[in-house]
Amino acid sequence: MKEQKNIFNRQPDRSKYPAKKKNGKLDIDLSSGKFVKLWHGPNHPGVTGNMAIELTLSGDEIVDAKTHVGYLHRGFEKLMERRLWIQCFPTCIRMCVAEPDYNEYLLAKSAEELSGIEVPEMAEWLRTLVLEMARLQSLLRTVPGQAGTLSLGIGVQWGVYLRDLVLDLFEELTGGRVYHMYIIPGGVRGLLPDGFKKRMEEVLGKIDEFVKNIENLMFNNIVFKKRTKGVGYIKPSWVNKYGIVGPNARAAGFKRDVRKDYPYLVYDKLDFDITHETDSDIFARSMIRKKELVLTLDLIRQIMAKMPKKGDIKAQTPNVLHWKIPAGETYVRSESSRGEYGFYTVSDGSTKPRRINLRGPSYTHAVVLLEKLLINANIADVHSIMVSLQTCPPEIER
Amino acid sequence: MAIKDILTPFTAWKKVFREPVTVKDPLNDRPGAERYRGFHKNELKTCIGCGSCEEICENEAIDLVAVKGYDTKDGDSGLRPMVDYGRCCWCALCVDVCTTGSLTLSNEYTWVAEDPEEFRFVPGAENKEWDNNELGWKKPTPNYEFYGQKRQTMEELHPEERDHSFIEMIKGYSKEQAQLEADRCVECGICIATCPANMGIPEYIKAVREDDMEYGLKVLYETNPLPEICGRICTHKCETVCSVGHNGEPLSIRWLKRYIADQVESADYKRILGTDGIENNGKTVAVIGSGPAGLSAAHYLSLLGYKVTIFEQFAQAGGMMRYGIPEYRLPYNQIDKDIDYILSLGVDIKYNTRIGKDITLSELRDKYDAVFAGTGLHLGRSTGIPGTDHENVYQAIELLNKITEGKEIHVAEKIVVIGGGNVAMDITRSLARLQNQKYGRVQMIATALESEENLPADVEEVLEAREEKAIVNAGWGPKEIEIKDGKIKGLHVVKCLSIFDAEGRFNPKFDEDNKNFFEADMVVESIGQGMDINYITEDIKAELKFGPRGRITVDENIQSDAKWLFVGGDIIQGPDVIHGIANGHKAAYGIDNFLKNK
Repeated sequence: MKEQKNIFNRQPDRSKYPAKKKNGKLDIDLSSGKFVKLWHGPNHPGVTGNMAIELTLSGDEIVDAKTHVGYLHRGFEKLMERRLWIQCFPTCIRMCVAEPDYNEYLLAKSAEELSGIEVPEMAEWLRTLVLEMARLQSLLRTVPGQAGTLSLGIGVQWGVYLRDLVLDLFEELTGGRVYHMYIIPGGVRGLLPDGFKKRMEEVLGKIDEFVKNIENLMFNNIVFKKRTKGVGYIKPSWVNKYGIVGPNARAAGFKRDVRKDYPYLVYDKLDFDITHETDSDIFARSMIRKKELVLTLDLIRQIMAKMPKKGDIKAQTPNVLHWKIPAGETYVRSESSRGEYGFYTVSDGSTKPRRINLRGPSYTHAVVLLEKLLINANIADVHSIMVSLQTCPPEIER
Repeated sequence: MAIKDILTPFTAWKKVFREPVTVKDPLNDRPGAERYRGFHKNELKTCIGCGSCEEICENEAIDLVAVKGYDTKDGDSGLRPMVDYGRCCWCALCVDVCTTGSLTLSNEYTWVAEDPEEFRFVPGAENKEWDNNELGWKKPTPNYEFYGQKRQTMEELHPEERDHSFIEMIKGYSKEQAQLEADRCVECGICIATCPANMGIPEYIKAVREDDMEYGLKVLYETNPLPEICGRICTHKCETVCSVGHNGEPLSIRWLKRYIADQVESADYKRILGTDGIENNGKTVAVIGSGPAGLSAAHYLSLLGYKVTIFEQFAQAGGMMRYGIPEYRLPYNQIDKDIDYILSLGVDIKYNTRIGKDITLSELRDKYDAVFAGTGLHLGRSTGIPGTDHENVYQAIELLNKITEGKEIHVAEKIVVIGGGNVAMDITRSLARLQNQKYGRVQMIATALESEENLPADVEEVLEAREEKAIVNAGWGPKEIEIKDGKIKGLHVVKCLSIFDAEGRFNPKFDEDNKNFFEADMVVESIGQGMDINYITEDIKAELKFGPRGRITVDENIQSDAKWLFVGGDIIQGPDVIHGIANGHKAAYGIDNFLKNK
């Protein structure tokens, strides 16, 4: 793929400054007075979650960046090795607060795949619905959030309100607002409540309007364009090198989407195209997310229309209190709003998982890629770049 | 850069004139959704304290604690879940796994209290404002189960295959069936407390699940030396209280026990149970009767090193298990398997020896260090109605004895059995088989005082009797056996209205106008058995104390007031096999204590 010329980058070229030492490291002498060390985070409104970026500045430009994680480590992967499979279900969701449902789904899918359980069709549809709703509520924060990093707060307020309406729907369907705990190994925990479709349509209508408003507010906004176009450019050649996935890869021109490439649940029964952009800067990534938002609205409408009216919600599983999953290993994946999200699961045939390892997009995006993207960026663009990668620190250190 | 890009963002200003959402949706008391997972509610009366909620809680937020007003009893641990909301994550797995369905969540989520301690309480025990909330999370229905609700079907002989022979009718579980059945157990242990012998039921069910028969057998023999027998004919009080049975079918605990015992060859018993080369401690114990109590006492005493001698009045060991229970329920070779193992531990048995006739109790007292008497209930009781002195009126128990001994018995073409208990069903079904063999058809009527719903026999016994074409006609009181020309014509009965009076005493009331007549050439009485303790001579009786119904009073170790005499089995408790086994086990403990401190 041909790399895009970064025509909008108006920042001066500082690539020769500071000089590299013989060993390849930057020659940064803090006592020279030319450089300043600045910690961005761990508690900072511009950082999504708790992680720190150790910045070395020359003037207002970043010459070196080092990401630091470790502020959020709760050891969930390890905790799950001490829990029954069913008990992992309330634990795993906390690995990613923004979209807990993907964790539920992947845990359930791992267990089902390893023990050869087939999930009823109705449950598959409901799972797809919940996963798309999770994407929706996540994007309602992220899309206007990008403008929020540039101090355009009004879109965030609209988004948060609408997200709350989606959470109301979650509450009706699953019994919880943030941690839904709905997708359980074997199926799901409930059918659609009466009148749910109607209320869903009402909320989707409001979001349609929001999309139009946000279009005017953000994407036709000269300030937003100036601040985002050409900033945070990801070279398409990095995509495969660093394992960049999801909207970040799609903005670089890669048509990659687990939903299409490795269809799971009922995505093969839904009609949609992979969104993509080519500019690979913050604007392009924002655009991808806005398109994703529109796509998600469409997918939810399709699901509501095509879903069967009734059916079993759960397959018969062995007694969950001593459910032994046959020994084996599996990698299951799904497309979260941030990109490919997968569980590598190993079972030793006991009642507890031997190992569950999360392959989250934030690890590559926020730890490795961010360090590279920040070089030569302006200090004012740090959180803009970070948010454009849609990083989620809890998922980095689970 | 279009001018449009400068102007369009200002379209957001149109929202200035709209009401803010905080005004539209103020922070008032919005109730949680119908499925909201808020604070717990618990129906304390329905809850049995099985602890499945505690088991599944990943945060250890649930502890089972004693609650005032709820006592430990059969089928109820007396404990109730206490939830610590500092740990609870509101996942509601506790609700989904709840065996009784008593635990639910309310839709209340805004409760505030100043004292952190208040966030740890027993739902249902402390009046909370959400206790009566209709809304909130409930276990989803239908077809949403965390464990199997349905039993594995037990294969049995078809009524037409079994109604003329004494072949065992229950075929037993296959490995796959047994494992699926064992998988349903929630390991609550309510059954352990209810089982008279306190068998480690969840533990041996786990052994079935994990296909470890040797471990299973060890668990069985810890408390029950007659697993083959109990696995077939136990009264399975455990299944009555099984927590899984509250919202589904209880586990087939009895059949699982049988499954374990059936899988192990008797030749392997000693190796598995590690009972080779037990050292004799030089003390001797006499056991009267080789029924479940006697065998159990003999088994555990032998393991402790005592030299045990059993005195048995019949030609074979087993007592009522062999001489009372028909072969189609309990085949003789299975009785032999259990008994042979106990005898192989060095237990002596003297057959055809009746205490009081062949040897006296005082002789045993003098010759042995201790004596255990488990002589059972071998005397048939008569209704005493006119006509019972006829030669063709029999006691069920004596007929059952004779069938076991292989003696010829009188089988008439039409028979009426008086009684609705398990013994009545045993004799009804045995005679039905004999009628089939002799006449090619069944004309049996069993009649009981109790109404259909209150029949003392096990439900399946009544059902199977009916499948074998015997008639069970409940709710009639016998009045008179009609005899004409020296021959029985039938039984006159009247409708029974109630059996017990207000004080709970046996005092049946009849509707004399509602009469019935059952034609018969032969009548069998099966209204219970009595004990024959005439072998206890007056001088020994003087040392003993007697409780209600002439039962000998014993302490918790089955020790009577004559310190050397221990009494157990049907003559003090039951009647059933498992109480006998429990008594025997306790007696072994008691005798060991007594002789150690002598």
